[in-house]
Amino acid sequence: MQVSMTVNGREVTGTVEPRTLLVDFVRNNLGLTGTNVGCDTSQCGACTVHMDGMAVKSCTVLAVQADGSTVTTIEGLASDGQLHPMQQAFWDAHGLQCGFCTPGMVMASVKLADGNPAITDAEVRHGLEGNFCRCTGYGNIVEAVKQGAAAMVGGES
Amino acid sequence: MTRYLGTSVKRVEDPRFLRGLGRYVANLTLPNMAYAAVKRSPLAHATIRSIDTTRAKALDGVIAVFTGEDLLEGTGGFKCGSLPCGFQVPNLNMPPHNPLAVDKVRHVGDGIAVVVAESPYIAEDALDLIEVDLDPLPAVVDARGAMADGAPLVHDSAEQNLAFHWPLGDEEAVNEALSKSDHVVELEFINQRLIANAMEPRAAAAEWDPATESLTVWTTSQNPHTIRLLLGAFTLGIPEHKIRVISPDVGGGFGSKIFHYPEEVIVPFAARAVGRPVKWVATRSESYVTDAQGRDHVTKAKLGVNNDGTMTALHVTTWANMGAYLSTFGPLIPTALYITLFSGVYKTPVIFGEAYGTFTHTVPVDAYRGAGRPEASYLVETMVDLAARKLGMDPVELRRKNLIPTDAFPYQTPVALMYDSGNYQALFEKIEELSGYESLRKEQEAARAEGRLVGVGFASCIEASGPAPSAVAVGLGAAIGLFESGAIRVHPTGKVTVLTGSHSHGQGHETTFAQIVADQFGIDIADVDIVHGDTDRVQYGIGTYGSRSAAIGGSALVKSAEKIREKLKQIAAHQLEASVEDMVYDQDEGTISVAGSPDMVKTFAELAFASVLANNLPEGMEPGLEESSFYDPANFTFPASAHVAKVEIDPKTGEVDLQSYAAVDDVGNVINPMIVEGQILGGIVQGVGQALWENGIYDEDGQLLSGSMLSYAMPRADGFPSIALDRIETPSPHNPLGAKGAGEMGTIAATAAVSSAVLDALAPLGVRHLNMPLTAEKIHQAIAAAGNGGGE
Repeated sequence: MQVSMTVNGREVTGTVEPRTLLVDFVRNNLGLTGTNVGCDTSQCGACTVHMDGMAVKSCTVLAVQADGSTVTTIEGLASDGQLHPMQQAFWDAHGLQCGFCTPGMVMASVKLADGNPAITDAEVRHGLEGNFCRCTGYGNIVEAVKQGAAAMVGGES
Repeated sequence: MTRYLGTSVKRVEDPRFLRGLGRYVANLTLPNMAYAAVKRSPLAHATIRSIDTTRAKALDGVIAVFTGEDLLEGTGGFKCGSLPCGFQVPNLNMPPHNPLAVDKVRHVGDGIAVVVAESPYIAEDALDLIEVDLDPLPAVVDARGAMADGAPLVHDSAEQNLAFHWPLGDEEAVNEALSKSDHVVELEFINQRLIANAMEPRAAAAEWDPATESLTVWTTSQNPHTIRLLLGAFTLGIPEHKIRVISPDVGGGFGSKIFHYPEEVIVPFAARAVGRPVKWVATRSESYVTDAQGRDHVTKAKLGVNNDGTMTALHVTTWANMGAYLSTFGPLIPTALYITLFSGVYKTPVIFGEAYGTFTHTVPVDAYRGAGRPEASYLVETMVDLAARKLGMDPVELRRKNLIPTDAFPYQTPVALMYDSGNYQALFEKIEELSGYESLRKEQEAARAEGRLVGVGFASCIEASGPAPSAVAVGLGAAIGLFESGAIRVHPTGKVTVLTGSHSHGQGHETTFAQIVADQFGIDIADVDIVHGDTDRVQYGIGTYGSRSAAIGGSALVKSAEKIREKLKQIAAHQLEASVEDMVYDQDEGTISVAGSPDMVKTFAELAFASVLANNLPEGMEPGLEESSFYDPANFTFPASAHVAKVEIDPKTGEVDLQSYAAVDDVGNVINPMIVEGQILGGIVQGVGQALWENGIYDEDGQLLSGSMLSYAMPRADGFPSIALDRIETPSPHNPLGAKGAGEMGTIAATAAVSSAVLDALAPLGVRHLNMPLTAEKIHQAIAAAGNGGGE
């Protein structure tokens, strides 16, 4: 089947099977390997991307479901070489170690923080329960999201 | 000298991870690449009657299917051999471990055949078309039950499923001391099986180059040189110098990516056989039944204590589950990294410990963050708490009474290890302050008066990290020396490339090692590039585990830097016509000048170029500026910690609310506080995970019931308070950085601290002990039983 969508601002088309996952389409057909596969039961969130304005787990979306959609992956977050405020916040707050959960964590955090510049610890911890990290213990991620949320005000999300 | 050391420099590796440019093995694409998938046993123990690959081979897009027999027979010079055990304790029973099972399968997940196909989807489709006829056999899964009469044998060569018996200490003296003690506290308990679950599933890829008859292997490993050595010497049958192993960005390891895995043999074999590059990426469910798992001890312990609180003797017997096959370091974990830690921070005079390593029909067990030391600290701290309760003594006061005094270092324990430095009294003072221990106890008192179940837990632990002096390691059974390599290459323009045998899979070495080298030379950190993870670029080294990299890898770099600084001084002296003794290296400025004549000076960059202009060097000096060192540590290092946790248990549901957590750790000198704290925080959360939630559960048929992220309870972002951290620093006296290890301290202390808190909360109900994980269900049942007068 043919699918077409806008990914990181670019119109793309591809041939997929009905069962092709969006994460595999993005990684294998488009070569955007920033989005990671960390599990096979939808728990871990490493595959989180933005689809039509929402954070979604791309391992649980079929490529055909994304036909006609606007998709943003981690590669599309920075603009003109400038890191997105949430990316910068993760860097400043040491919110990553091995980096594998990071793209999904950042993408989820951007949507979580959107419009909530004073987001609280509890809101972050609850909002990120669908994103696993085995390295950091989450503490610095919480700090990063709070910092990123405040920095996102007045900028793009 | 301390421009960078001790400062929280932001990590230089972060931009690529933040931008989605991480170079994980799963991201690798090579021209003409094919994809592999492995058919795995659904049964824990069975005879393989037949394997029919006809239908799988006929599927459109399938290139080849290979079985265990094919691998043993070999192809094109690749003749696959049994995966060896790299830690051979005395009298170790070492059955073969074929990369794909032949004749029998011995655990759920044991590999049976491999499919190579044009796409990963087709490879997976083909797995369903492979017909395997298995004759089920009874299975045994319990570490202790494996030795019972009549238990089914995992390997015919291992009677009673015994892999080894490892005793240490003076049992006679211990038994005598126990018989003379005022009290003997006894407990039988478990340390449950854990699943590492690094966020990146394992992966391997291989490419054979017929032009040079050489092989490149990409693997998610913590130690590429070791994998190369094992492939060349044992498992692939092609010479070591024709193998390149690359471990690029690796998404977490926690020990589970140390070991030589079957796929590291299967994938190169397949690539050679089909003449195309091949890549394999584990699914998470596959990782659950193939990645080495952690812990899994059954233990009987006896602690002698006198009325005044003095601990007199400790006797421990542990049955340690090895799983179905010996993993590369399996026998090390419950022996030299466990029993040798039974002193903890205490001066118990006599100790005896023994471990029975047993085979069962489960996934192999090996190091998981802490590797033997969390098992030791959980044991010691649990027994100490029981002793305190027996004596009616405050648990911290009892511990204080038995602490190794500050003037006792170096302290020779009764279990082989000699601690290098430490100040446990200072640790205690600091943790009491940081946690507000006194007020926590007062809060508890008030809460108890209201009938609330509030618990305060305390854990003080030691770690032996930085394995290890090679002579000691090999003497204990290691098949390789455990030094570390570090080479420094200074380029003509004064930029520096560092080649380290350490490996970073989250630890931030690209930053911390650059801090070390930049400080050594007095140059900008941006001028130092750290290279690791490629056996073609980096000299033979060991890799990263056991919290060894700062102490050993970092020290190797200090040694190389010293050699370079000496050469620079000689060049400068020669060119400035002074004597070498009069040269002063300013490590803040990166300059060398003549003492007393600061305008007679050369910069690092000038001298770097001078070394390759080579027209004006001291007589007999070779051009160039490159040095390498292999640093063999004189001893382990001994970080220590004291953690306090406060919990409240909902009496209706048994649910544990972790309300506060404070940690004071002594990891010696700290290179980058932010990174060290990150390591400790991550370890603490994993430690809490073991205490409260995580459990690798096998049923009696050897089925892994908690076999996915859905059923194995991973720590999530919610469920944790803010964790308060502080440090003391007693530098290690025997490495130039004074560093101890920081990577595993969190798991070693946190499991014990949280378990201590939960049991403290339940103590008034008469609950003596509960095994981990301390789930709501388990606690609820214990509370109900206690209410019915059924407490221990």
